[in-house]
Amino acid sequence: MSSTTASINSPDVNRKRGNRDKLLLAVIGYVTLTVLAIFCIFPFILIVSSSLSEESAIIEKGFQLIPSSFSTEAYSLLFKYPADMLRAYGVTISVTAIGTLFGLFLTSMTAYVLSRRDFKWRGRFSFFFFFTTLFSGGLVPWYLMIVNYLHLKDTLLVLILPLLMNVFYIIVMKSFMSSIPDAITESAKIDGAGDFRIFMQLIVPLSKPALATIGLFIALAYWNDWYNALLFISKSELMPLQYYLYKMLGNMDGMRKAMMASGAVVNTDLPTESLKMAMTIVATGPILLAYPFIQKYFVTGLTIGAVKG
Amino acid sequence: MKQKQHGFWDDVKKYRSLLLMLVPAVLFFLLFAYIPMSGIILAFKQYDYTGGVFGSPWNGWDNFKFFFNSGDAWRVTRNTALYNIAFIVVNNVVQIFAAILLFEVAGKWFRKITQTVLFLPYFISWVVVGAIAYNLFNFDVGTINVLLKGLGMQPVDIYNTAAYWPVILVVVSAWKTLGYGTIMYLAAITSIDTEMYEAAEIDGANIFQRIMKITVPNLMPTVIILVLLAIGNVFRGDFGMFYNMVGNNGLLFSSTDVIDTFVFRSLTTSNEIGMSAAAGFYQSLLGFVTIMLANYAVRKYDKDRALF
Repeated sequence: MSSTTASINSPDVNRKRGNRDKLLLAVIGYVTLTVLAIFCIFPFILIVSSSLSEESAIIEKGFQLIPSSFSTEAYSLLFKYPADMLRAYGVTISVTAIGTLFGLFLTSMTAYVLSRRDFKWRGRFSFFFFFTTLFSGGLVPWYLMIVNYLHLKDTLLVLILPLLMNVFYIIVMKSFMSSIPDAITESAKIDGAGDFRIFMQLIVPLSKPALATIGLFIALAYWNDWYNALLFISKSELMPLQYYLYKMLGNMDGMRKAMMASGAVVNTDLPTESLKMAMTIVATGPILLAYPFIQKYFVTGLTIGAVKG
Repeated sequence: MKQKQHGFWDDVKKYRSLLLMLVPAVLFFLLFAYIPMSGIILAFKQYDYTGGVFGSPWNGWDNFKFFFNSGDAWRVTRNTALYNIAFIVVNNVVQIFAAILLFEVAGKWFRKITQTVLFLPYFISWVVVGAIAYNLFNFDVGTINVLLKGLGMQPVDIYNTAAYWPVILVVVSAWKTLGYGTIMYLAAITSIDTEMYEAAEIDGANIFQRIMKITVPNLMPTVIILVLLAIGNVFRGDFGMFYNMVGNNGLLFSSTDVIDTFVFRSLTTSNEIGMSAAAGFYQSLLGFVTIMLANYAVRKYDKDRALF
């Protein structure tokens, strides 16, 4: 155990013991990581197999890892009358696209100004933004502001505006832009370029890695948002995907009525349980498909963030 | 004399384009953060819809008295703090453990696949997590009860038993944040000077000694900073998590109600605007004090990593 005994031993014994330790660690490592990986992916497999189970089998035996009888009824029902689901998709896609575009633009523009060392009030403005993470009025005044004073209830804007800017993203972006040499801004100024032009034509192209990472974070926040809809959306045509899913999970009676109204089901024999799981899969689908590809950008972004601190 | 010539308005003129570029952000934070801050006066008012925020009559400390006498104040404060402390401890331990193992043993393809899989839960919404929980914990058809029945045991009524939830919520939090945190720590491990490992190997240290004597101590600065920063948020509950996992299930409130769910409920279901604002104000104050204390600690520990 102690290093003194180890150094007395001949190199040969050392190597042998080293190999044994490495093997032990490898066993521990591979086993633990495999268990953790299964732990992370298992619930998704459960949902997929439940969505492909026959409803009667679920009622009788419950959700199972391997469906005892296979059925795609839940999916065909979902896609038979897809109007509501597609509308929710439409809301989420437009909110995510518009929000990410504007959010990224405003975040990076703000970050650029705060990264300019020659800007006299950069400290004061940085504190102005940062202070909002320290203290807030709380949920109630924020809610009343949006509903009673900005009159944003039941508008598409209420799904976009609250998530538009985030102090944390501004800080990360600022620290990335601070690593771009001042000489670039300086020489452009000498050539007569304005600040906005310097930002758009020089800084933005140089900040691509940070823009990609922050853009993905913003997009993920919009895609997964259900909270603002919970608070501010009551019109069904403005429901984003996650809130639609939330509503349906909690209210299968409502779903039944909606489906009966659209002629999807005639009576009450709706495959409730498998339908819930199928809806979860359909609502998660794009993220599940896209995430292995976008994951590497997150990893790079997080790595930059962690090293820079 | 020269100072006078170069006044405030000269600066405004000099920086006009930069200031213009800040206008949207300033406006955003005024509307969504600073003006709502003035709404904390609601905590001292008897809110009525005709009067609005500023026209409603004052009622002194009544909202606070109501909140603290309801018996909810202590429960939600305790729950919020205890859950966050449990999340901090468990999540960080698991993440560090996973990061060390990924760094030490994993071959390239194994590391790639594992990292991808561990990151998966981070990408899904809390609503989907809620659906997963339903799949697992439902009394009649839930997977856990299927398993228990298969083993000839009694099914458990998880959604009606408060005692299970602290464990469930801690596990779910670890599950959802595992990939994110592991990558942060993996990045920190990767930046450790490899010469230290080589020197240790020459000195005859085995792989476990190297982990305990080099990797872990070198990770400590990152751990301490992340933990201190997390402690600053100990009175902020993750609303999305609690609300989607538990919802408005009154049977579980004793062990699942946090300040955020309490404030939300008082605002939306019982319409207690004044008391809800008072509870929110109380949370903001607690949060402010803990952030200041945590930042003070970070400053003591490593000046460069402090927030301010």
